[in-house]
Amino acid sequence: MADYKNEFGVFAERPKVPKKIYDAKYVIAGLIVFFALATFTLWPNLGKTIPAPQPKLDTPVIQKLAAADRKCVLPTPEMRSTHMQMLVDWRENVVRSKEKGAPGVREFVTPDGKKYLASLTNTCMNCHSNKAEFCDTCHNYAAVTPNCWGCHLETGKKLAEAK
Amino acid sequence: MGMDRREFIRLAGLSALLGLGGKGALEIVRPGQAEAAFEAEPKALEGKRWAMVVNQKKLDEQTAAKCLAACHRVHNVPNYKNPPDAKLALDPEVANRYEIKWIWTEHFHNAFPGEEHDHLADSVKAMPFMLLCNHCANPPCVRVCPTKATFQRDDGIVMMDMHRCIGCRFCMAGCPFGARSFNWRDPRPYVKDQYPGYPTREIGVVEKCTFCVERLAQGLMPACVEASRGVLTFGDLADPKSPVRELLRTYFTIRRKAHLGTNPQIYYIV
Repeated sequence: MADYKNEFGVFAERPKVPKKIYDAKYVIAGLIVFFALATFTLWPNLGKTIPAPQPKLDTPVIQKLAAADRKCVLPTPEMRSTHMQMLVDWRENVVRSKEKGAPGVREFVTPDGKKYLASLTNTCMNCHSNKAEFCDTCHNYAAVTPNCWGCHLETGKKLAEAK
Repeated sequence: MGMDRREFIRLAGLSALLGLGGKGALEIVRPGQAEAAFEAEPKALEGKRWAMVVNQKKLDEQTAAKCLAACHRVHNVPNYKNPPDAKLALDPEVANRYEIKWIWTEHFHNAFPGEEHDHLADSVKAMPFMLLCNHCANPPCVRVCPTKATFQRDDGIVMMDMHRCIGCRFCMAGCPFGARSFNWRDPRPYVKDQYPGYPTREIGVVEKCTFCVERLAQGLMPACVEASRGVLTFGDLADPKSPVRELLRTYFTIRRKAHLGTNPQIYYIV
């Protein structure tokens, strides 16, 4: 290996490194194992389209309603997109009612003038007593975990039976 | 398309007006359409300063037990001392530490520390005193709560918003009456019969008596008052004709630790 010289000084010749992967079989095997581990959770769904969830509406309470009355407190598209915000509003209005400056309100009036008690357990879950087929289908699909059920009971079923 | 300066300013001004007006502007054009409105329930009990008078002269163990049972049933209060399933049985010491207290009984020397002396009337010594949150007019728990999860309502009720409670337990340190309990574990398995209309609590939040705000909103008296058959009297202190004012006028009453300045609103006829 001969030294070389330029205007900056005298330098050692760059060592000649062969262009190859050292321990190629281990490296490649390791890479394969890594990708396998990193992606194996995706394999079962590979190439499949997961159908959009179909929340079920066939609960006893809804079945009993006349066809004309079979609607939620707000139009369906609005409920679909903003029910979480509505529930938060209900919560603030009910729990913090009569806090200084807050209105004391527990009733929700729909655009067409119907009145409902603003309550997840007593109003929503009364009709939608099938949490597993109604709430959970979409929540699981969208991978959201609302923490309502830590405290609020799924008692729509019991209420329906009691009535 | 060109636009001269005058036209541009006119358009910008109009858009700004619309933008600032927003919902208000829409409200003028189409009143009541922007948003479905909330209304107060017509039959709710209204008061300016709720308070309770406990007539200790009439209170006996059975009535006290009935009041406790009524409250704990409608609020899904867990029972760690007598769990619904033998498998859930806890060490007595642990069960004692986990205990959730909305309403409970205590002897005079515990309920009114500093007021007792060696020669107390036998009847008072043996009496179970009905204790619950005092719904103080000057509540220290509200002052110390860092998230405003505990707040005072216009009608004097000291209320809890479980959604906001972060479980710091400052309120428990602040309350001189021991009226607040912490959920050291998930209480649900220890609730014997889940009452469908009311939520349970989660691990990590503090809870206490709420003077049954949910029942007042439906026009009902608090559960303990209803079960007590006249031993407990609930009413509006601001109304001179209310039953509580009537009792306070007629009888001499004491309050727990009134010298601490929290202005407790549970009055005891002894």
